[in-house]
Amino acid sequence: MENNAFYVALSLLLNLDASLFQIVALSLQVSLLAVLIAAVLGFPLGAAVALWRFPGRGIMIVVLNALMGLPPVVAGLAVYLLLSRAGPLGEWGFLFTPGAMVIAQVVLVLPILAALSRQKVEELLGEYREQFMSLGMSRSRMMPTLLWDARFALLTVLLAGFGRASAEVGAVMMVGGNIDGVTRVMTTAIVLETGKGNLPLALGLGIVLLALVMLINTGAYLVGELTRRRIG
Amino acid sequence: MTSFNVPLLASAALLPPPTLRFDGVAFSQQGKALLGPCSFTLNGTGPTLVMGPNGAGKSLLLRLAHGLLSPTQGQVAWSSEGCPRQAMVFQQPVLLRRSAVANLIHALAVNNVPRKTRTKIAWEALEHFGLTPCANTPARVLSGGEQQRLALARAWVLAPQVLFLDEPTSALDPAAIKGVEAAVREFHQRGTRIVMTTHDLHQARRLAGDVLFLSGGKVCEHTSAETFFISPVSREGQAFIAGELVE
Repeated sequence: MENNAFYVALSLLLNLDASLFQIVALSLQVSLLAVLIAAVLGFPLGAAVALWRFPGRGIMIVVLNALMGLPPVVAGLAVYLLLSRAGPLGEWGFLFTPGAMVIAQVVLVLPILAALSRQKVEELLGEYREQFMSLGMSRSRMMPTLLWDARFALLTVLLAGFGRASAEVGAVMMVGGNIDGVTRVMTTAIVLETGKGNLPLALGLGIVLLALVMLINTGAYLVGELTRRRIG
Repeated sequence: MTSFNVPLLASAALLPPPTLRFDGVAFSQQGKALLGPCSFTLNGTGPTLVMGPNGAGKSLLLRLAHGLLSPTQGQVAWSSEGCPRQAMVFQQPVLLRRSAVANLIHALAVNNVPRKTRTKIAWEALEHFGLTPCANTPARVLSGGEQQRLALARAWVLAPQVLFLDEPTSALDPAAIKGVEAAVREFHQRGTRIVMTTHDLHQARRLAGDVLFLSGGKVCEHTSAETFFISPVSREGQAFIAGELVE
């Protein structure tokens, strides 16, 4: 029985295991904060690329699209080099803290949010353009209107970003260090337990992670679907 | 198209509608001439109905006049200094994914109407167009007729001196058409210059003060409604009135 992953997962949850709770809480904190920061930066960036024509715009779109597939370890390495003692931001002393993990995940999530929101906003702009011109709106005035009217599509984009952040292990491992009680999150804990041969615990943690992601996605789906039905 | 401040609803009626002049305006895309060159002046009281077969360039003419497109030749000139306040109602109303009243408030906000007065003006306009019951209904679940009336209400709150309408009733049933035509008359009575395209001869007879008849991207004639419907000057106009298929 003790070797059954589902049993382990269930007992971890039912016993309100303190260390598990801490790991889950940190995972959520890091990923949600990273997605929030990436959204604040990425959505306006995506909308701006959709709205303005400037030299290098095509290249920028290609780069943003390509960065959606940025390997997490590469992002982790870049942030590691930035934050390491000898690096340009070494003085911050951020390496091996949750802050460093947030930065690494922002780097991973930002391109997804920017590239996908660019696409959604551009679609909407195609529909609204003449009306906006008729109303005499400037491009910078169009931006908030478009972002608000694309809110349902952007919610899905946000979920894609959260999925990337919560599932990712390479970057947080490199810049966080998987320090017990400080920077250990669900994914790094799974890697560690697998390495130790504690497969039921690893799998149990995996099931908890999966359940969490499902829960958040269900919530977002329900919110989106209910409002969509109301707004039409 | 220009920003403005209060007073909103009062100002438009006092001024005569601005005169619109097309000076050899032509529009071509990828080397293909789509309209003109055409020259005419709209200085009567209107409403001006732009008529002609499909593909004659009616919508294009409206977009050039409204400034949504720039002519490749010639120029569009107004009698007033700068551009007069203008609005356009499209064949398919483009409404934001918000409630009906929020659509009006948004239009007022982008035109720098002070926050305090927006709600009041928006609700007055909704009432005026019989839309009060659906004020909080999402605009995009309204019926076609209600959507078009909401688009007219949005134009109304902006108190335009010129209103362009591009086939505003082509997708509507007779009851909804009646509502839209009544609204157009109200704009006209308020002293707004109306420039409207339609392919419905009966509608044109009901509304027109003068008719601008287009065929093949050229203005064939610009005459008063009486003249056009009884004895049109141009050969194309005669054929159109006689019910022949004009290209």
